[in-house]
Amino acid sequence: MFKKFTREDVHSRSNVKSSVQRTLKSKLVSQFPKLEEVIDELIPKKSQVELIKCEDKIQLYAVDGEVYFFQNFNELIPTLKFVHKFPEAFPTVQVDRGAIKFVLSGANIMCPGLTSPGANLPDAPGLEKEALVIVNAENKENALAIGRLLMSTEDIKSINKGHGVELIHYLGDCLWNFSVE
Amino acid sequence: MPLKTVIYCGVCSFPPEYCEFTGKIKRCRAWLHETHPELFQKLYGDLDVEEAAAKLAGSSIGEEREEKLEKDLRKLQAKQESREQRELAKKLSSKVVIKREARTKRKCMIAISGLEVFEIDMKKLAKTFASKFATGCSVSKNAEKKEEIVVQGDVAEEVEAYIHSLLEDKGLKDVKVEVVDAKKKKKPTTTPAPAA
Repeated sequence: MFKKFTREDVHSRSNVKSSVQRTLKSKLVSQFPKLEEVIDELIPKKSQVELIKCEDKIQLYAVDGEVYFFQNFNELIPTLKFVHKFPEAFPTVQVDRGAIKFVLSGANIMCPGLTSPGANLPDAPGLEKEALVIVNAENKENALAIGRLLMSTEDIKSINKGHGVELIHYLGDCLWNFSVE
Repeated sequence: MPLKTVIYCGVCSFPPEYCEFTGKIKRCRAWLHETHPELFQKLYGDLDVEEAAAKLAGSSIGEEREEKLEKDLRKLQAKQESREQRELAKKLSSKVVIKREARTKRKCMIAISGLEVFEIDMKKLAKTFASKFATGCSVSKNAEKKEEIVVQGDVAEEVEAYIHSLLEDKGLKDVKVEVVDAKKKKKPTTTPAPAA
């Protein structure tokens, strides 16, 4: 989604009202329940949230000058900077070492990269299709990408062929390098 | 549960554990060694580049694939290095031109071109010039369709000094900054006699 994204794609920027900020926070918590205990630390009441509207109906939300999450349609998607701060809150899949290189250049993740010995998928019942996942790598501490499941994790395990995760945002893409200022 | 603060590499902006995939690992290692020695120790220990890579591998993907991966990474690194060198050479060989153009009577303006090679944000610089010299300053396209900064007023010397310091901050000391006077000379000493 952010393979090509520049400053020119920004249409407008505005500060959001504190009431909107409150609804945003509650929406985040309802999407990722584990965020509840830290949400006030991540987005303090006093902080200024900025809404950056971009091409293709993408909306970025920046908290104190750092893009923390974005929205394409209805769902809020956290950025990696946000995920790195509190990775426990999000469902995670792990890829093996051989896949890192391709993920970092923005490729979708193929099933074998998710099922090999170095990789890891959540146990049954697992995650549904279309679920948002953060992608971690073997022997690494921090996440390297965020994606959406193209089939449920159980299907990935049994079929083990084709695209498993559609990549949305990864280390080194244009959103990662995008600075608000 | 407390929040984590992740250190990001100052060279490639990734978390340091991913530096090996960017092809800039040598500079990343140097940076990490300098700024976060304890993390450096944890990631690389006392090994040199290749041994460290081998250790990091922890091989769960089979030797054959691991070898291929390493080869690819090395290739990427070589590519990246040559690209960096090329870019540096390009930067060193290009120059900044500060042109002084006469306007009416004793007024003139300064056009600065050739900055785009150095990854300087033109708009921002224009803004700083405007507030620094308290004049009008903007970014516009010149005859060759390249961006240039136009400053109102005779500030060529100050601009030159400022750009020199700016380039020095970027570690590019030997870049030429050239001041050109366009057409008639006006102010260097005294105002010349009006044409009869």
